[in-house]
Amino acid sequence: MIARGEAVYQGTLRQRRLATLVGLALLLACLLAAAWVSEVRPTTLAEGLPRAGEYFEKLLPTLRWATLLADSETEGSLAAWFYRLDSWAWLLFETANMAALATLMGVAAGLLLAFPAARNLGAGTVAVQLARRGMEAMRTVPEIVFALILVWAFGVGPLAGILAIALHTAGACGKLFAESIENTGLGAWDGVWSAGGSWPQACRFAILPQVAPNLLSYALLRFEINLRSASVIGFVGGGGIGQELYTVIAQNYYEEISAIVLLILLAVASIDLLSERLRHAVIGRLA
Amino acid sequence: MLELQALTRRFDTTTAVDGVSLTVPAGQMLGIIGRSGAGKSTLLRLVNRLVEPSAGRILAEGRDVTALHGWALRAWRRDCAMVFQQFNLVQRLDVLTNVLVGRLAHQHGLRRALVLLTGTFSAAERAMALAALDRFGLAEVALQRAETLSGGQQQRVALCRALMQAPRLILADEPIASLDPMNARAVMEALRQVNRAEGITVLVNLHHLDTAREYCDRILAMQAGRVVFDGRPEALDAARVRDVYGITEAEFAAEAAAAQQRAAVA
Repeated sequence: MIARGEAVYQGTLRQRRLATLVGLALLLACLLAAAWVSEVRPTTLAEGLPRAGEYFEKLLPTLRWATLLADSETEGSLAAWFYRLDSWAWLLFETANMAALATLMGVAAGLLLAFPAARNLGAGTVAVQLARRGMEAMRTVPEIVFALILVWAFGVGPLAGILAIALHTAGACGKLFAESIENTGLGAWDGVWSAGGSWPQACRFAILPQVAPNLLSYALLRFEINLRSASVIGFVGGGGIGQELYTVIAQNYYEEISAIVLLILLAVASIDLLSERLRHAVIGRLA
Repeated sequence: MLELQALTRRFDTTTAVDGVSLTVPAGQMLGIIGRSGAGKSTLLRLVNRLVEPSAGRILAEGRDVTALHGWALRAWRRDCAMVFQQFNLVQRLDVLTNVLVGRLAHQHGLRRALVLLTGTFSAAERAMALAALDRFGLAEVALQRAETLSGGQQQRVALCRALMQAPRLILADEPIASLDPMNARAVMEALRQVNRAEGITVLVNLHHLDTAREYCDRILAMQAGRVVFDGRPEALDAARVRDVYGITEAEFAAEAAAAQQRAAVA
């Protein structure tokens, strides 16, 4: 009996190993095929890499120890590298502003859509489908694409960027909100419902207080993500620091590129840290 | 007066409530007993229209409740307040607001929209809620979150919410099944008091025969969705229980206790 059991065990083990090997071989074949189709060739990679390094070398500012802290007129000083710090700082502020506004608008819209989209609240098939498909459309289209369209409609500037990010945020947050609502117990819902409450009243009083901490946490996380989005949305004319970055890249002002990228990195990192702290504080206080 | 006519509710394979006909005069305290799955809960939910009937009618003062929808339906729900086994309070909301939820169906027009937006009720409504809480010794905890209260306190808050609806009828679905004996007594006393003082009709589902006998004017026994006994409490003696359920009263009580245990664990 034991011998038979061992044989069966060995048999299944062999089978499983074989399946794994076949799977891995298939995966490798797929990868190679994908690389060939997308023209990823080792030779191209080897040729291109040094050029990327060259570009980064060009980006490096010329700094000299002797004049490092001199004014912006002197070659080789930090001040000369960041000679337009005032306008860049303003652009960064505008970028953060865009992210904040877009997050607020997007979260508000997402919240309104999340209730009909949540399957457990019984908003009716038509409303559920409309809300779900609408949010899907909003989040599957990348912000950049929305921005391109909106720039055409509203002209170059922050408004197009804000609306583009807000649209994407509404779709992305709305889905998370709806899932959060679907995970809530319906006891309180029955309570309000049985007292003669209407659908909006039940949403407001039975569901919203229960999911609010979760929703707030998602919204703050979205703010962090939107900050990064707002930094690049300017590439297509959506306002903020991205627009400036695009200009200097297009005109090969190498030192300015590195200065702006460094500024964006610093700003995003510091706001990331701040917002993360804020988020945890809020969760801690509400939970 | 509440009248049920051949009320039936079928779920996929089972018939939870099977042709129940019943007349409840105003001001009566009716205890409904039965084992788990006898259809007691569905019966009360049918009356409140939380569950739609498959057949039959519900008449209140001669008006067909089963035909109501929209605003009229919500007004009916307001008039027949429900109290649940699991209290069904909004756990993260303060006690006062939980009680004020009972006023939602009394608001109209602009004020209704305003309360919906801001979540703030009028001073008169707050005073009413505080008075209701004070009546059951809960005024002190009015600003605490519902989740910080004991089960007995939560059930009394739920009763306050029900009273804020100014109902003609209270439907209590196993209101004491999740409570310890002392809290169970307090909640039953409160229900009884409401019934006596305000003349509100009470339909209460109970696991325990003793509780039903002690507090109710009339007892309805259910088994597999049907009414198997309907009469005065003293008529439901030990012999009758054995007749109706095929088990002794002690066995019935043990089964009820076990079901209660399961409910507490769940």
